[in-house]
Amino acid sequence: MQVPAPFEYERATSVDHALELLTLLGPEARLLAGGHSLLPMMKLRLASPQYVIDIDDLAAELGYIDAREGEVRIGAMTRHRELLESELLAAALPIFRDAERVIADPLVRNRGTIGGALCQADPAEDLSAVCAAVDARLLIRGPDGERLVEMRDFYRGPYATAVGAEEMLLEIRVVIEPGSGSAYQKVERRVGDWAVVAAGASVKLAGGTIERGRIALAAVGAEVTSAEAQEALAGQRPSDRLFAHAAQLAAAGCSPVTDQRGTAAYKRHVAAVLTERALRRAVTRALSEPPR
Amino acid sequence: MNVTVSVNGHEHSRDVEPRMLLVHFLRDELGLTGTHWGCDTSNCGICAVLMDGAPVKSCTVLAATAAGHEIGTVEGLEVDGVLDPVQQGFSEMHGLQCGFCTPGMMLTARALLDRRAGGPALTDQEIREAISGQICRCTGYASIVRSIRWAAEHCNQELPG
Ligand SMILES: Cc1cc2nc3c(=O)[nH]c(=O)nc-3n(C[C@H](O)[C@H](O)[C@H](O)COP(=O)(O)OP(=O)(O)OC[C@H]3O[C@@H](n4cnc5c(N)ncnc54)[C@H](O)[C@@H]3O)c2cc1C
Ligand code: FES
Ligand code: FES
Repeated sequence: MQVPAPFEYERATSVDHALELLTLLGPEARLLAGGHSLLPMMKLRLASPQYVIDIDDLAAELGYIDAREGEVRIGAMTRHRELLESELLAAALPIFRDAERVIADPLVRNRGTIGGALCQADPAEDLSAVCAAVDARLLIRGPDGERLVEMRDFYRGPYATAVGAEEMLLEIRVVIEPGSGSAYQKVERRVGDWAVVAAGASVKLAGGTIERGRIALAAVGAEVTSAEAQEALAGQRPSDRLFAHAAQLAAAGCSPVTDQRGTAAYKRHVAAVLTERALRRAVTRALSEPPR
Repeated sequence: MNVTVSVNGHEHSRDVEPRMLLVHFLRDELGLTGTHWGCDTSNCGICAVLMDGAPVKSCTVLAATAAGHEIGTVEGLEVDGVLDPVQQGFSEMHGLQCGFCTPGMMLTARALLDRRAGGPALTDQEIREAISGQICRCTGYASIVRSIRWAAEHCNQELPG
């Protein structure tokens, strides 16, 4: 029987309360959001926090998907299932629904949160790649106030983020522009499994050319975005050749390792194929301009 | 710590360690052994219970977290000796072999039917997706899908007592 090591339990009733508890209890305290990364790790004793601060009660305060001031804003306690079912997201940022369809299973999606997923920063985590592909900015609050961090500065390598010990992730923000499209592609061994490889892409088109293209990969090393691939897209007219070229650059720039999910060579190949598909679909969506 | 959890509409208070998982609270503290417990690694879905009407893995929820939520277990499906249409469906369509996955499957089915009440007819694809987080060791998936479809079709009809 697997059970976590003993800990002391606190239940936060608001964001301010959670932050107070983090400051009071110090670095041995961990926030518990949906618990679907932290509890499995605690059961395996890969994590044994002295204090657990349950933020389940913040689901109402931090569970929302809004469109405001040209941005989509997602509260950190928004659950996978809400991301999957949101019509607002499906229209404005379809990459989220693409990804959520293949993240874990319906039961996990009923509990796991976007904040927990991003803060866990698992190298195979899907929403980190999604957020990187759409240039998300993350709102973090701590004892010294709030700050906005770009996704590329948020992810600090496997299981590490820019969120400090006394801080908390509150919100994910993505700018919405006309002429944009996004998509996510993932290969997994079986339904609900972590990615063998996954690729997210977003594009912003203007006058028939790609003004800005973004690519982010999951499960193929710490460097999730490819600057070369993104440069190759900028200012070009979309074409299958261009997608293939950018995909090759992205695949060349990633660093997969051989493990039980496949060999490094196989993963690199899949990364190129998925990037190409994600780009093509993102451009198709940008051109069809779904009603917002 | 003292934890009070509402299970099938009744509140239960117990003095437990904060690390106690909901599945053990239900089985060992309340004696509700209808909730089964399998992989222990959050993968198999055998331990599914309803939390505010939505299926979750009770091996991956602290009992302490469950306080303040309404928990539903398989023991709550039958009311006054009348089986839930889902239970009836599993009986009619041979939805179980060893029965290990059955409580969780039935609860997920119940949640699906509640969610879809009044909507268009359920497709097999929707049923398959709904149970995709739960493993049947006996691999009797086809009959599980048939059982849930039976329940969907008989949901609003008088059932034999
Ligand atoms: C069987 C299974 C399959 C899965 N498959 C996938 C998959 O295919 N793809 C995928 O991407 N993920 C997958 N996951 C992970 C799942 O998405 C998790 O739910 C998610 O990664 C973590 O979210 P959580 O809310 O449960 O976080 P928790 O486990 O509660 O927390 C995770 C970490 O983040 C910290 N944290 C949580 N919220 C905040 C916050 N607001 N501010 C600061 N720190 C915070 C916690 O302290 C902890 O360190 C799977 C999980 C399981 C159990
Ligand atoms: S015992 Fe809970 S998921 Fe397997
Ligand atoms: S009936 Fe045996 S596990 Fe499903």
